[in-house]
Amino acid sequence: MGQPTVDEVANAMFDLVKATHGKKNLKAMDLTKAMIEKFGADAVDKKLCKLAIRQLIDSGRCIYSYFGGSFITLPPENEGGG
Amino acid sequence: MSEKKRATPLLDELKKGPWPSFVREIEKSAETNAMARDTLGQVERSYEDKISHWKHGGLVGVMGYGGGIIGRYSDLPEEYPEVAAFHTYRVNQPSGWFYTSDILRTLCDIWERHGSGLTNMHGSTGDIIFLGSKTEELEPCFRDLTEHGFDLGGSGSDVRTPSACVGPARCEWACYDTLDACNDITHTYQDELHRPAFPYKFKFKFSGCPNDCVASIARSDMSVIGVWKDNIQIDQEKVREYAANGTDIEHEVCQMCPTQCMAWDGTKLTIDNANCVKCMHCINVMPKALRPGKERGATILIGAKAPIIGGALLATVFVPFLEMKPPYDDIKELAEAIWDFWGEYGKNRERVGEFIQRVGLGNFLEEIGLDPIPEMVAHPRTNPYIFFEDELEEEEDA
Repeated sequence: MGQPTVDEVANAMFDLVKATHGKKNLKAMDLTKAMIEKFGADAVDKKLCKLAIRQLIDSGRCIYSYFGGSFITLPPENEGGG
Repeated sequence: MSEKKRATPLLDELKKGPWPSFVREIEKSAETNAMARDTLGQVERSYEDKISHWKHGGLVGVMGYGGGIIGRYSDLPEEYPEVAAFHTYRVNQPSGWFYTSDILRTLCDIWERHGSGLTNMHGSTGDIIFLGSKTEELEPCFRDLTEHGFDLGGSGSDVRTPSACVGPARCEWACYDTLDACNDITHTYQDELHRPAFPYKFKFKFSGCPNDCVASIARSDMSVIGVWKDNIQIDQEKVREYAANGTDIEHEVCQMCPTQCMAWDGTKLTIDNANCVKCMHCINVMPKALRPGKERGATILIGAKAPIIGGALLATVFVPFLEMKPPYDDIKELAEAIWDFWGEYGKNRERVGEFIQRVGLGNFLEEIGLDPIPEMVAHPRTNPYIFFEDELEEEEDA
């Protein structure tokens, strides 16, 4: 598998957040570890994941939440799968 | 909102006595501000019921940021509608908390435009705290703040707003420029400050000398405390002046020295500097006679925390002496190595100090690439539980 772009990693992260929404709270490192596992350590590193998370947040597709720790989740209007 | 003033007999108790009262200050605001009025009502109700009626956390924030806003809500929104949403802002304070009166007025004006007008200068985090914003005012207030050169501080699992003592701006004992170091680290780690990516909070605090006026050794994950390597500077003439003016140097200075490294023969003070643990006691007692040495820098300690989850921890020395010169690359390299390891293996809400306890100091040092040395003490003359493997192997081989 070739090296994915920031957008591709962000999309994969978004899919994961959406799939686990309401079932599991994900931290930034949980997303990073999941992407390294999905794309491989040779293709994705922490730096790329950091950029992807930033893209995800700045685009408004995801937001940070605080429930005894900071997590990445869907914004309220997207709850339920939007 | 109720326009008429509610009776608040329990809060009124907090106005008694000669000291300032937050109740009195909120009451002043309540004359013109409905949020302040409902705040009084809800706090009185909390005291009556012996339970807080505030809830916190949730999804509030400003676009792109994961820190700086703490969501706060009333669990009695119908009774106190003006504080149904009462979010807190943490605004990044200037290094050393220096302001002009103009900028203080500007901050207050911004806050009166967008929120309750109630502030906490400063919170225990060091930030400028704005108490009580409705959700719809979060973005406009943030925009107003940034237009005037302010930014939000940290909250949640991120780098918290770094703080520093007044340092060389007002203190002759500062062993490095705390204000510059704090400002540099704050600007370098904007991403880590605004976008929570850690298992839990990470605090930097910069103290200019071992008096540690920002309590960094007890409160911060990375504590940077100014220190000197050479001898304490002594002005013997001034020491004699202190003695002549009534200071009992033997009892108040020498016998209070934790390592008993000082002697006073009635005319001359001598210090065994090799045994000085830089407690600052003698310098604090005789500031005109004694000064920190000339070879100055800082000690870096890691792993303190206050007792929120689990017990309190004091920091452990990681770097006994570091010259504190911009761009502070050594500190940044150390912080990033710690974040890399703790970020990957730390549990949710596990501070660095607790993580070190769990994995062991030796393993932690190995993973962040720092060689153990005898000066890495938990506090003076205590064993930090480091095994010197090479030496052990040599002993086994012998």
